[in-house]
This record gives sequence, structure tokens and C-alpha cells, in this order.
Amino acid sequence: MNKITRSMSVALVLALALSGAEARAQTPPALLPAVLTIHIKDFKFNPTPAKIHAGDRVTFVNDDDEPHTVTASNKSFDSEGLDTHNTWQHVFAKPGTYTYFCELHPYMKAVVIVTAAPSKQGASL
Amino acid sequence: MRRKDFIEHVSWTGAGIAWSLSATGLLTSQAAEASPSFSFIQISDSHIGFTRPENPDVAGTLRKTIEAINALPQQPAFVVHTGDVTHLSKLSEFDDAKQILGTLRVPLVVLPGEHDMIGSPKNFFANFARADAPNGWFSFDQGGMHFVSLVNVFNFEIDGKLGPEQIAFVEKDLAAQKKSKPIVVFGHVPLYALYPEWGWTTEDGMKVLAALRRFDAVTVLNGHIHQIIQHTEGNIRFATAAATAYPQPAPGTAAKPGPLKVPDEKLLSVLGYRTVELATGGGTKVTDRALG
Repeated sequence: MNKITRSMSVALVLALALSGAEARAQTPPALLPAVLTIHIKDFKFNPTPAKIHAGDRVTFVNDDDEPHTVTASNKSFDSEGLDTHNTWQHVFAKPGTYTYFCELHPYMKAVVIVTAAPSKQGASL
Repeated sequence: MRRKDFIEHVSWTGAGIAWSLSATGLLTSQAAEASPSFSFIQISDSHIGFTRPENPDVAGTLRKTIEAINALPQQPAFVVHTGDVTHLSKLSEFDDAKQILGTLRVPLVVLPGEHDMIGSPKNFFANFARADAPNGWFSFDQGGMHFVSLVNVFNFEIDGKLGPEQIAFVEKDLAAQKKSKPIVVFGHVPLYALYPEWGWTTEDGMKVLAALRRFDAVTVLNGHIHQIIQHTEGNIRFATAAATAYPQPAPGTAAKPGPLKVPDEKLLSVLGYRTVELATGGGTKVTDRALG
């Protein structure tokens, strides 16, 4: 490889690194253990209603070609824009019934039902 | 809307579209139509930040749109962008969009789409706030016409809603206008029930339409659905615009809305911009032009 080709390669790598900077910045950190994965596919959240315990972490994955959001009706959580294949995790700290929707397609609605965490003796997680 | 009604709208649209076939044809037809009358241009749905195969270069097609507008021998009074400037409301997307839109030779009016509001409206307002529009909606007079620019993507949990405050503004604003004044309304989501099954409607749009009924000629221009559909109800003419980014399926022809892949060589033929002129008699002449 001559010198010019080498420096072009370096420039190309730099350009790719720069253009990929934003994409990398949005890539979520490695996924933490979660009790449940809710898939967003064909403009639906699945499963719904989802039943978990307080303190459980849930992973949301966008399997659609369109971006979606996971936004609580009571505004207690908001994934903001999830593009195709993007994931987002949320820990539901308190018991309750959480309705949520997609800000971009608000007719997409779903529910997470959070019950009190089992006692420590019975907890398996 | 019943399916039969929809089919009638589409066939009406088919007869009403004037597509240019090439850049050369576009310039020729413009020259032939050149007149000193007032005109403006609508563009929509640029989705800067979108990278999927339906159009991997949305910045390029927006740039091409602006170049085509800048090359027109008769420049419009202004260009209005009817929303979804960005794909995911990111600051970097707004930066890129603003840089490209900044190459226009004429003033620019921008209203938000729901893709410009993800999380909060703050990034949109940081880039496109207007001093005369603290809430996002506003009106103005130009070229003998009265313009009302609406925001029907603000309402949390309901897309396509104006809200009582905005409706009160519109009712008061229109009450001050003469019946013969040509009225043009801008919005992102269609103001009438174009296809509610896919969210292509404004829940409380009828209240604004009621306030528009008494005028001789009203033109309502929207984006959101990435395709040209024209529809007339009495004195009100509705026209949704093509995107500069990618097409979407016709209502009900797919399982869901979303980007529609067309053969690469056909993409430019389904993207474009729209010229709107004040026609004799007070109405508007709407001409849609493809990028290629």
C-alpha cells in the first residue's frame, strides 16, 4: 500500500468514525437484566397488559420500520424516539397500573400492571 | 370515512394533479405560466435523520427540492414547510435541516409535525420559534390573502388535535375577515377525517372547518401522509402534499402506514413541492411538481 492510499484509508476511517458518532452516542449501553421484554411490532405493544412486580426492569424493543416512543400517560416515563431496532429499559419502582402510548401514533396504547414486590423469602429475583 | 368515499377522492385527485416530468419540463412549464400574480410554495415531511432504504439520502432530496425552487424564474413570496422537518426531533437533525432550508432565496415559514415534537417541543422552538407565535399558531396577511398557520400535533396522547385555546384563536381571527377574503390554512395532520384508522384526522378539526364555511374560497394545506390527495367540501379545498423524504401507502392499501419502498429510479417521481397561486375569482391554483 502506498503512502497516498494509506492516508486516504486513514481519512476514510476518520470520516466513518465522525459520521457514526451520533449513532454510537444513541446506542444504549449493554442491556441490563430484565424480567420482561415488550416488543413494539406492527404498531402494537406486546404483551399488554403486562404484569410485573415493583422494582422490575422491563426492556422495550422497536421491531417496526417506523419510530415509536414509550410514553406514560401520567408522564412518569418517556423513552423519546426509538428508531428501528432501538431498545429502552425502565424500572417500575412503584405498584400501580401504568397506561402508556406512542407519541407518534397515540392510538397505540398499552398497560403495565405493577404489583407489590414479593417478600424477600419468596423473591426469586 | 367509508372506503367508497375514499376511492372517489383518489380518482378526483388523479385528474387534478399536474406533474412535471423532468427538471427541464418543470422550468418550461413555469416559464409558460409566468405571471405577476402572487404565489407561494409548500414543502413537507423532510424527515431529516431518516436513513432507511426507502430513502437513504433524505438530506439530498430536500437539497434537490430547494435547488428546484431556487431555480424557478419567478420566485414565490415565501416557502412554507408543513412539518416533520426532522425524523426524531434531535438537535443534530434540526441543525442539518436548518442549514439546507437556509439556502432558500425567499422567506421560510415552518410549522411542526409530530416527528418534530418527540419528548417535548423545545428543539423545534429552539430552531423555528416566531416572535408572533408564542404558542406555535399565528396568522398573517400577504398578497391579498389571509393565512392561518395551525399546530395540530401538540396535544399529549392525541395526535391531530387543536385544543380549545387554539380554536378560540382561530374563531376570533377569522371573525375579523371579510367573506370575500381568500383564506389559506396550514397544518400538519389533515384537518378532516381523511383516514382515521391510521390517525390521519384532526379530532376537533370540525370546529375550525365550521368557522371557515362562510368564506367564498378556503384552501387547507397539509402534510403528514406523504402523498397528494385533494378533496373538496363546498367552499373548502383540502390538499395534502407529497413529502420530500419518502412516500407512504395510499389509505387502506397496506396493513399500516409507514415508509413505502418504490424502485430507486421512481423515488424522485413521488417526491416534490407544490406551487399555490391566487387565482382570478379568489380561489387558489394548486400545482404539484415532482422532483424527477
